[in-house]
Amino acid sequence: MAKRIDVKDLNLFYGKFHAVDGVSLAVPPKNVTAFIGPSGCGKSTVLRSLNRMHEVAPGARVEGNVLLDGEDIYASSIDPVQVRRTIGMVFQRPNPFPTMSIRDNVVAGLKLAGERNRKKLDEVAERSLRGANLWNEVKDRLDRPGGGLSGGQQQRLCIARAIAVQPDVLLMDEPCSALDPISTLAIEDLITELKKEYTIVIVTHNMQQAARVSDQTAFFNLLGVGQPGRLIEVDDTEKIFSNPSQKATEDYISGRFG
Amino acid sequence: MTTETADLNRLATPPTFQSVSGARKFKNGLATALVYLAFAVAIVPLVWVLWTVVQRGLPVVLDADWWQKSLSGLLSRQQGGGVYHAIYGTLVQGLVCGLISVPIGLFVAIYLVEYGGRSRLSKATTFMVDILTGVPSIVAALFVYTLWITTFGLGRSGFAVSLALVLLMVPVIVRTTEEMLKIVPDELREASYALGIPKWKTIVKIVIPTALSGILTGVMLALARVMGETAPVLVLAAYAPFINYNLFDGPMASLPLLMATERNNPTQAGFDRIWGAAITLVLIITLFNLLATVISRWLAPKTK
Repeated sequence: MAKRIDVKDLNLFYGKFHAVDGVSLAVPPKNVTAFIGPSGCGKSTVLRSLNRMHEVAPGARVEGNVLLDGEDIYASSIDPVQVRRTIGMVFQRPNPFPTMSIRDNVVAGLKLAGERNRKKLDEVAERSLRGANLWNEVKDRLDRPGGGLSGGQQQRLCIARAIAVQPDVLLMDEPCSALDPISTLAIEDLITELKKEYTIVIVTHNMQQAARVSDQTAFFNLLGVGQPGRLIEVDDTEKIFSNPSQKATEDYISGRFG
Repeated sequence: MTTETADLNRLATPPTFQSVSGARKFKNGLATALVYLAFAVAIVPLVWVLWTVVQRGLPVVLDADWWQKSLSGLLSRQQGGGVYHAIYGTLVQGLVCGLISVPIGLFVAIYLVEYGGRSRLSKATTFMVDILTGVPSIVAALFVYTLWITTFGLGRSGFAVSLALVLLMVPVIVRTTEEMLKIVPDELREASYALGIPKWKTIVKIVIPTALSGILTGVMLALARVMGETAPVLVLAAYAPFINYNLFDGPMASLPLLMATERNNPTQAGFDRIWGAAITLVLIITLFNLLATVISRWLAPKTK
């Protein structure tokens, strides 16, 4: 079920502003790819374009191709709703649905797609919560509101919700930036676990995190204010952090930036 | 050779903190006094009105007949009878108005917040809603009179009143619903899209339930507001001292109309009916406000 993503010459715009220029990269299946780079370099924008969330913002525009196992997700015949069902996403801030219980949050994607079978929904809820390492903490209060959990638990609830619809790819936009170190560790362990079944792309500001969880790292940078962000280099994580081929990458990861 | 002895009672450096100056104390006192005065100015008329209404109206409404009988067959100077015909009129006219206004207002607000964006239609709609908010109730009533009665040739009725109330209620509902939908965080919409849920379903199943408690509170308050409107009932419905269940035909009483009519009755009976109707209307509106609070507590997103 895990699929590969190929990005070809991707240009992203917000209205007239050219946000990202000419990104090409390949994300292999069952593999964690980390996007790193300074704020405003377009890494989140690129991530959001991988499941057509970029175009939700008013005036946002995409040029170029994103291929999921060879299929262009931006082809005119493709329904963005289906793309997002196939490529899930976890956001920077945990955002459980406030009106729903923990169980309903997890199965929201299936339930709103029309699944009514209570037994199946319960099974999916348990499997997804176990998959997100949250089952033991919430199994006795599945009917309580999701908003009552701690920040780290809420984020794992959001991961459970994202994997409940069994996507082929999981995108994570700085999933740990609002969490304490213990919750961060829990999520990082979870990412390593999820890698066995999913293709994962993660945006992070934390370079140790990129080094710990990812197999491949892409470094984005922008040349100046008002300039579009660019992909500087993408390579095996080990190589990026030990012997990058670009000077800018080395400066950034060693802290000699700007 | 003399050495200067240090004054041990004097601080080596001037103190960092000084006591509050007289000018600041004075300003603080003045501001406090003004705030309390404003509070008193606001609260005195409120308590006074409530007290007058309760004092003069309460003895009248404590009679069971008040809630169960109409004024049918009573002479204007005769004591007794009740106003259930007017309570029925007020409630039915208000509820029918709500049934028409709530869907219209809700859909307009959904369009404005979720679909309109900064389009020309959306700007024009917002502008029109703003203008409609400022329309006096007598103007709404006269508009419905010209359209419904003069142009279409239909009679004065409770339904004509409901139509005029719709004109007053729709902008209020659009405004409150718009505000409530706007405070639903975009993150929830994005979370829903990212699960592969289509936009319309996101609105129906995620956005509206999140905002529902606020929307319903707004609806109840708007309802309470239009039920006390007097101009539409004066212009669009003839008064009847008896019960008329038919909203679409014939004269129909309502509490404001009953009060306006009984003002021409100089006897003690008329005096009692006016104050009784006043406290009845206050009670009904209070009930709606309480209901709004209860519903909003019940529906508000919980964390425990």
